[in-house]
Amino acid sequence: MAAVESVTRSQSARRPGADAWEIYRQSPTAMLGLVLVLLISVLAIIGPLVYPVDPFEIIWAPMSAPGTTERALLGTDYLGRDILAGLLVGAKATLIVGLTAAALTVIIGLVIGALAGFYLGMIDEILMRVTEFFQVLPPLLFAMVLVTMLSPSLWVVAVSIGVVSWPPTARLARAEFLRIRNLEYVTASRASGVRQGYIIWRVILPNALPPLIVSATLTIGTAILFEAGLSFLGLSDPNVMSWGLMIGSGREYMLDAWWIVTLPGVMIFFAVLGVSLVGDGLNDAFNPKLRRR
Amino acid sequence: MGLIWLIGKRLLYAVALITAVLVLNFSLLHLAPGDPADVIAGEMGGATAELLAEIRALYGLDKPFLVQLGLYLQRAYQGDLGMSFYYNLPVVDLILQRLPATMLLVFTALSFATVGGTVLGVLAARKPGGFTSSMVTLLSLVGYAAPIFWTGLMLIILFGVVIPIFPISGLYNVAKMATGLSRAVDIAHHLVLPSFTLGVVYLALYSRLTRASMLEVMQADYVRTARAKGARERTVYLRHALRNAILPVVTMAGLQFGSLISGAVLVETVFNWPGLGTLVFESVIARDYPTVLGVLFFSATLVIAANLVTDLVYRMIDPRIRLQD
Repeated sequence: MAAVESVTRSQSARRPGADAWEIYRQSPTAMLGLVLVLLISVLAIIGPLVYPVDPFEIIWAPMSAPGTTERALLGTDYLGRDILAGLLVGAKATLIVGLTAAALTVIIGLVIGALAGFYLGMIDEILMRVTEFFQVLPPLLFAMVLVTMLSPSLWVVAVSIGVVSWPPTARLARAEFLRIRNLEYVTASRASGVRQGYIIWRVILPNALPPLIVSATLTIGTAILFEAGLSFLGLSDPNVMSWGLMIGSGREYMLDAWWIVTLPGVMIFFAVLGVSLVGDGLNDAFNPKLRRR
Repeated sequence: MGLIWLIGKRLLYAVALITAVLVLNFSLLHLAPGDPADVIAGEMGGATAELLAEIRALYGLDKPFLVQLGLYLQRAYQGDLGMSFYYNLPVVDLILQRLPATMLLVFTALSFATVGGTVLGVLAARKPGGFTSSMVTLLSLVGYAAPIFWTGLMLIILFGVVIPIFPISGLYNVAKMATGLSRAVDIAHHLVLPSFTLGVVYLALYSRLTRASMLEVMQADYVRTARAKGARERTVYLRHALRNAILPVVTMAGLQFGSLISGAVLVETVFNWPGLGTLVFESVIARDYPTVLGVLFFSATLVIAANLVTDLVYRMIDPRIRLQD
């Protein structure tokens, strides 16, 4: 990070993020995304504290519609469990798995892409063949296989999602490294005789970051969708409440009680929408010239 | 000569990839909890230690890992992916039974998405910032953010309860016992909601892609030349611009075939569509590993085939690519 700051400071006296934030702030959709993301994070963190109801506890008559009882504002599910409590507690599992999986995706993708793009030759050849191999396996199906073979815990779900979704990040990182590795300042660092590890992580990486940050943001959205899909299929931890689990278990009753499947889906929708709006906003902020595409 | 050589090279690479998938499958099968011999013995209602040893010898389970792998590959290339514990049928037979339904769903969705997406994208590009253009932006955001299985469930509530005009489950109406044309109509009727659910996500994406690349291509010199020589606007749009603007859509459609199959798994589960998706879901729940891995193998093979086809289609649309490679 030190390298990018010193480079940017010499160009303009302002802090490096300031211009980007200025552009980001002016986009209403990007700000809407930020508000959504903050709102859902707050719900996930303090929601269960303010509203301490156990989402697995039966509190009222089954399938009570929203607004029909004060005991459960958003109604109850097919067993009589509080939907609102489920939404608040479920936010945590969905977001934690989503974030962990996205972090893993970015780490695996970045390391593989960086090494391939920097060293080229045999290393590039081998790593890209591995990447192509992983791209041939349908991601959700592969994740289903991994989760089934291992155990249905949150960790396994997060790792499986990471293992199946890194190839696009690797390709992006490789392309960025390929582009930057021959720029003058990289040649200059090579000439000054610093270690290769330093060039990869301290010279090239900071300059490759903007597109990678955008892609990482969008990866969070995809990871949330994967997590929801796996829990919907009943392949995640059945003892941890999550939005996907609520939809999957309430499915059979949805024709009689629409809210059981609708409300958790709305939450997933807004979470992913928020993240992808932030991603788009960051993309515009980092590439002002490419706006309005 | 050049093209045949190239196809040969790609086919060889495809075989290598397929082999790699088989090796992965075998390793996963090897790592799976539970001894296959125990499972087989369990099916037979228990067995003595001697019988267990006999079963191991029969299936080659007592041999070293690499020897077993070799046998597995040999059998796989002869079209034998093992037996399903749960259905008690050869895995390949099971998959071939279910494959047509999945192919029908996936290709209907893909055609809907590529054709619809291209049309929407072209219309949107005619007036950037106009109504269609804003709708495309909105649709692409909604299409990405809504979980596909949830979209399906919402459509079921809408068209199963509120306005019951489409069947919400299965491939055809079992009670009708229709044949011939009326059966085809019945299947098409059942296909509407699942293929729309699966396709709309990609339609959203392709319309946005087409719009972006149309806007870019319309700035190109050859478009100005075409206009200058007096070509009608329609011709410029469809003959000169679209042919180039469509390339990213072809690339994306090819790259996303795997994610399309992933989506199909969820959509099939939601609509009880009797394809590979419901098969894999049922066998995952039953811990029927040979079937689960068989479906993974078949889907990977489909993706590899789709990549080959994309490559060829790309070459047909863009003749410049033939000169390279």
